[in-house]
Amino acid sequence: MKRMWKIFVKGLVVENPLLMLMIGLCSSVAVTSSVSNGIGMGLAMTFVIVFAELVISLFRKLIPNDARIPIFIIVIAAFTTMVDLSMQAYFPALSKSMGVFIPLIVVNCIIMGRVEAFASKEKPLDAVVDALGMGLGYTWVLIGIAALRELLGNGTLLGARIMPEAFQPILFFTLPPGGFMVFALFISLNLWLKKKITNGTAVREAA
Amino acid sequence: MNLAKIFLSALLIDNIVLMRFLALCPFIGMSIDVSKSVGMGLAVTFVTVIATVVTWPLYNFVLLPLNLTFLKILVFILVIASLVQLVEFFLKKNVPGLYASMGIYLPLITTNCAILAVTFDNVSKGFNLIESVVYAVGVALGFMLSLVLLAGVRDRLKTAPIPKFLQGTPILFASTSLLAVAFMGFSGLIK
Repeated sequence: MKRMWKIFVKGLVVENPLLMLMIGLCSSVAVTSSVSNGIGMGLAMTFVIVFAELVISLFRKLIPNDARIPIFIIVIAAFTTMVDLSMQAYFPALSKSMGVFIPLIVVNCIIMGRVEAFASKEKPLDAVVDALGMGLGYTWVLIGIAALRELLGNGTLLGARIMPEAFQPILFFTLPPGGFMVFALFISLNLWLKKKITNGTAVREAA
Repeated sequence: MNLAKIFLSALLIDNIVLMRFLALCPFIGMSIDVSKSVGMGLAVTFVTVIATVVTWPLYNFVLLPLNLTFLKILVFILVIASLVQLVEFFLKKNVPGLYASMGIYLPLITTNCAILAVTFDNVSKGFNLIESVVYAVGVALGFMLSLVLLAGVRDRLKTAPIPKFLQGTPILFASTSLLAVAFMGFSGLIK
């Protein structure tokens, strides 16, 4: 149980895919101009990574080493297609506002990276736990960035007005440059968090 | 005239990295110096154009008549992945000089989302083949331009006094943010 927890928790801060490993960045800046987009993208991504890791892990002994990359891509693309089509059917507005970024989950390096580094070697249960950790690590960052940008750039959260009427929305934050700037601040925050965590438990990893 | 418009807006106004946030991983990873940026940029241009030339007929003459458009994600990514492999083999055998200078970037390109995005854009914007190719070149050169710009900035950052909490990767994103501000100035260029 403790081992599972360890696998799960590393995706949140210490090996956070976005802020520490610097992979899968595109969608994190692009869709985070509003919180609902952030949640939608986070969940879509978590769905794909969980099922991709599960399937690859189940078949890990059958997949020939030379052909593994194309096989991974097909599995990931299949789940991405499912997500894309279901979102178009059930959440047309959300799907429209995220545009090309849903189909682009297929080339999100987080999934490819975890499948290659983890799922292709470990047991299915561990792989699912790892995927959940990575997916949530991705989602919290997305929601965090989106919340800050929506609050400052629009004065709202999830479409509901939060800031007082007198607050002048700072347009900068909903525009592309604001996305990059807030992302920079989040990396900085995560580095600080990581330092706290690793100092506290004295399991300093070699950087 | 129309072609020039497509090219310019792909290159500057909707710059793939700074305005549309695609291909950020190679943008941060490969902009270490100007020569690496140019190498990566050329490799991407090459593959994007070929991918466009292959996927456009495939979509319009095969997937569309057969009502298989829902397979486009799967088909396009496989086309790009196999194209990258083919290009790699071809260059290794026939143009070893170019391969040696471009080789390391090629495998990375499969997961460059700019290329897949271009092939999707061509479909969703309803471009014909020539427009698609012009668009592909514009996007790829826009990618190279932003890479070269950031490489230049990184050069200066080496000696700049950076606030402690921004040191390392954060400052790269902060600089990118400022580059994006500059690129927003292009938004009124074409009506």
